[in-house]
Amino acid sequence: MTFDYYLNIAVSGVLTGLVYGLAALGLSVIFGVVRVVNFAHGEMMVAGMYGAVLLSGFLGLDPILAAPIVAAVLFGFGWLLQRGLVNRFVERPEHMQFILLLGIATIILNAMLMLFGPDSRNVQVPYGFDTVELGPLLLDAVRLRAGAGAIVVAAALFAFFRFSRTGKAIRACADNPLGARVVGLNIDGLYALTFGIGAGVVGIAGALMTLLVDARPQLAPEYTLLSFIIVIVGGLGSLPGALFGGVLIGLSEAMAGFLLAPSLKSLFSYVVLIVVLLLRPQGLLGKRS
Amino acid sequence: MTRRGIVLLALLGVVLLAAPLFADRYVVSVLTTVLWFAYVGQAWNVMMGFSGLLSLGHALYVGLGAYASAALFVHFGIGPWLGLWVAMLAATLAGCFIGFLGFRFGVRGVHFALLTIAFAEVARIGFDHLQWFGGSGGFFIPVAGDAGNDLLNLRGSPTLFYYVILALVAGALALSRRLLHSRLGYQWLAVREEPEAAEAVGVDLFRARITAVAVSSALTALGGVFQAFYFNNLFPEQVFSMGRSIEIILPAIVGGIGTLIGPILGAFILTPLGELLTFLIEVSGLDLPGLKQLFYGVALVVIVVYRPDGVWPWLARRLGLVRQPGEDA
Repeated sequence: MTFDYYLNIAVSGVLTGLVYGLAALGLSVIFGVVRVVNFAHGEMMVAGMYGAVLLSGFLGLDPILAAPIVAAVLFGFGWLLQRGLVNRFVERPEHMQFILLLGIATIILNAMLMLFGPDSRNVQVPYGFDTVELGPLLLDAVRLRAGAGAIVVAAALFAFFRFSRTGKAIRACADNPLGARVVGLNIDGLYALTFGIGAGVVGIAGALMTLLVDARPQLAPEYTLLSFIIVIVGGLGSLPGALFGGVLIGLSEAMAGFLLAPSLKSLFSYVVLIVVLLLRPQGLLGKRS
Repeated sequence: MTRRGIVLLALLGVVLLAAPLFADRYVVSVLTTVLWFAYVGQAWNVMMGFSGLLSLGHALYVGLGAYASAALFVHFGIGPWLGLWVAMLAATLAGCFIGFLGFRFGVRGVHFALLTIAFAEVARIGFDHLQWFGGSGGFFIPVAGDAGNDLLNLRGSPTLFYYVILALVAGALALSRRLLHSRLGYQWLAVREEPEAAEAVGVDLFRARITAVAVSSALTALGGVFQAFYFNNLFPEQVFSMGRSIEIILPAIVGGIGTLIGPILGAFILTPLGELLTFLIEVSGLDLPGLKQLFYGVALVVIVVYRPDGVWPWLARRLGLVRQPGEDA
């Protein structure tokens, strides 16, 4: 009986962790290629959440169906942001990139606060209270769908980078920007595309997240930090690492929330981060540079 | 600095010294806020500006200083002038621990910044659960009715606090200037510009960096002691928040990272601007929460795009306050 209990909590932690991992994938893609840390990541994720809330409120769309639309809008935003502002900071010192994106994050966060107010908004889905029984497991239908959605999008992203011509070109940029330029790749265009993809992916993660959590502007800085923790725990620049890190953090949050106290669950993520930074600074699946 | 620069700086000093004589309570309270941010901005500048170590968790040192001195005062009746040594010691130990972990294991750049955030967040959540420090309900220093000014226990009128923080800013400025022109200061600049070259000519990187963290965290803790006795209340969600860490770094960024006057100038730009905005929002009747922060965001982007080195280097050159470009104070 107690074992089933733990198993249930572990599995729902893993499912939530998959959505965290998807958000972190977006961050990892941007950092791995453009070498800029997107400090507005959580803000973009919450923007994705509000996108799903609006589409569900006005058109009655399920968050899973809203996700592609949200992704398209955020892709455009990310593309423009890279083209218009971030691109001229690529060669600048880290702290300046950080300040720029901090400014952008502040603008997005407070624009959302002004538009939607500080209260939480949620989406209504017909399967909101359904559960699925799998052997000893009793899982929420929403969590199962969110986790499955995250896996599908992550798989599509891996396939894109592995097999498509554009994906290979982006990886070439990440490995050696100078060499990529020498063989005739349009670096600035690929950077904009990458930033757009990263923003679109985190938008989808946000849309899926509305199945699990109510949207509030205040979530944004938390999600930014969470994505960072995950990427660093998993390994900067490693895509499987980001997904794995997400699952690990989701699992540890769920366990800490259950075993200790819900208010201590984020403390646990920071402890994991500090331990990983000390013992394996390149991350669990990262390569030593 | 040119003659004109020195005259202007002296004039500013005189005006600030005389301000409580002719300014009303509101202006004095705004000036106190300005000077507080100028002070912690200078303290942060020692790490980022002088030695190139990006700390995004300076709220940790403010909070440790504030809580240490406040707890000693409330629980044991130990006054702030004794408590501040414990406060500085606590913050320095925390800073050196983070620095030791970071520098020892080669945690650099963005990773180091994240490590500082992580520790500030751990402290925030931790203090929420420490009942000896009041937990999430807050920690309060009793307000002493009309006992008059008591410099010994740092209880008294806003004017008293104004002069205390003014003295702190002047002290930090003098210390920064002295440090920057010392052997240690030149080592910091070398480590900031080219760590490998610095190491090659015999600079001990670890030692240079850890002393920068120690000086910066100890100075920041004093800002925390001041905050605790000025506001008389401490809440972990405010004191250790990431928003607070960002507020601390803004003056130096706006004024000019690595310059002596930059953090002070930045505080004099940002705080009054924020007050003006609050005033305008009230007058116009617009009740939009977030408008002020939105404006801060736009200001950050504009500054980093058009004045990436900050306002001070540009202003000093334009007004002829320095002899040559790049010269500071």
